[in-house]
Amino acid sequence: MSAMLLNKDKWPEFVGKLSGKVWVPKVEEGEAIRFGPLSGEESKLPEYCNTRVPPKEIVFPETETLYCFQADEHEMTAPEIDERKIIIGIRPCDARAMKIVEKLFRWDVDDPYYLKHRELVTLVGLACNAPGLNCFCTSVGGGPASTEGLDIIMFDLEDRYLLETITEKGEALLKEVEGLLEEAGQDVLAQKEKLIEAAENKISRSVDTEGIAEGLPGLWEDPLWKRVSASCLGCGTCTYLCPTCHCFDIQDETEGFEARRYRTWDSCMFEEYTRHASGHNPRPTRRERTRNRINHKYSYYVDKFDLIACVGCGRCINYCPVNIDIVEILRQVKEAL
Amino acid sequence: MGKANPLMPQTVTVLDITTETPDVKTLRVAGKEGIPFDFMPGQCAMLSVPPVGEAIFSITSSPHCRDCLEFSIKRVGDVSGVLHELVSGRQLGIRGPYGNGFPVDEMKGKDLLFIGGGIGLAPLRSLIGYCFANREEYGHIDIVYGARSPADLVRKSEIGETWPEQPDSTVYLTVDAEFPDWSGHVGFVPSYVSELAFTPENRIAVTCGPPIMIKFVLQALEKLNFAPEHVITTLEMRMKCGVGKCGRCNLGSVYVCKDGPVFSLAQLNELPSEY
Repeated sequence: MSAMLLNKDKWPEFVGKLSGKVWVPKVEEGEAIRFGPLSGEESKLPEYCNTRVPPKEIVFPETETLYCFQADEHEMTAPEIDERKIIIGIRPCDARAMKIVEKLFRWDVDDPYYLKHRELVTLVGLACNAPGLNCFCTSVGGGPASTEGLDIIMFDLEDRYLLETITEKGEALLKEVEGLLEEAGQDVLAQKEKLIEAAENKISRSVDTEGIAEGLPGLWEDPLWKRVSASCLGCGTCTYLCPTCHCFDIQDETEGFEARRYRTWDSCMFEEYTRHASGHNPRPTRRERTRNRINHKYSYYVDKFDLIACVGCGRCINYCPVNIDIVEILRQVKEAL
Repeated sequence: MGKANPLMPQTVTVLDITTETPDVKTLRVAGKEGIPFDFMPGQCAMLSVPPVGEAIFSITSSPHCRDCLEFSIKRVGDVSGVLHELVSGRQLGIRGPYGNGFPVDEMKGKDLLFIGGGIGLAPLRSLIGYCFANREEYGHIDIVYGARSPADLVRKSEIGETWPEQPDSTVYLTVDAEFPDWSGHVGFVPSYVSELAFTPENRIAVTCGPPIMIKFVLQALEKLNFAPEHVITTLEMRMKCGVGKCGRCNLGSVYVCKDGPVFSLAQLNELPSEY
């Protein structure tokens, strides 16, 4: 659709004019980057490869009220989800992840909470000029400038951004800031192509996914599962920080007479996750839990939706406290096939 | 997000509660107009006791009972614990029905062998009730049921009186060990099944019980030459949403809450041996 240029001097004006709650990457305490609502003090986007917590938290909150009730009564009220949000600076992998997860939340029965959040959000992505050390998006169907799931994609051209619209939602958003933009010429588009190529060349890690989805079930009893899970602490970081992990728990909580039922992120890496009330646990050790995590992403999801539930963002590798590396696991899977 | 919200329960009232065994009670619940939804035997419902939580239970009553739903519930966790403490008149949240249910049409014209252990009789009882209500559709009915002790046998009036009196039906009871007040069969359910040597011709076996019992019953039926397509079981898994989103009840790429809980042995053989 349209390709426009935004001078970086005009950034504060640009984000300030948009109608909706704008979320941008921010420097958190401890120097981690995380998405947060615009405070008005941001003069530019920070330098970042990607946020530690993925922006899935904006459309699938870590803890979300399903409905409220008075303790001991059965009148239940679900919260209204009506806030328009604009996520600026989401990386292409994280936008692809939302598209992948949406399949599940639409499958068979609609999940009204997730779908409403998703409907109200506009995704303005920022293509990666400098992918991280553990990025492998190009192995799993993505790329540093993938537009899947995005409404607008931005390219960082040093002193200005190139903004390309992908959807009508994106087109409508740019209309709101028309006065700040100028049309991009052919030279800029050529510059963009070079940036993409350079970024792709910087991705050094890769996974050969050929045959993995079909082959994984046959490796059920393979010794590799014990090997790759031996150092796992069961902390769940890999799943909490994964942009495609969507598993949740449902719990009740009371404060005085006010009570609510909420859902909260859960992890297949936790022992209690599958433990029956009787005590029986179909996935009793980290071996079975790791096996399920890899199978779910690289085989079950492919079986169900013809998509790998991994976007190659590298977070599970970057933040695992004991350096468990999904690329290495997949290499061993491939070797065992 | 009112009616379209699959996570929002509707309200039912507890009509009465019967004590079955030291740790099993049967709750009868109903909405303003009887049963809150239609269902088939083998399907489950999420019972909700705010602010304690929700848990999934198989429906114990037969679909022919339109006045109320019955749940025979063993006390094992938080929600089942509080359900045991309820009194009649209390309100509960309920959502469902969930799961696929038993293949009652495929079972037509066949002799049926029901094999239950402990609280595993709960889902079977819905199916047994359904088959007795449609008696002419099914052949001979054998019911093998066992528990740890005589006190742990549930639905005593049905297993002891109602079912044995049904036409063309036999009930075999067993307990795990000798007890002074027990003159019936002693032994585990799987070995009793082997001992009774049921023939596989024109017969479908349906089993439900603790995982360890199911495992050995399936082996026993295999030895008796039952084809995997004619052996049916129900699986239980920890569940939170009931609608295939929360992730935990999968066996390979199938969700027990959607594609189960009823599976044939032939289907289970195709799935990862995770259970």
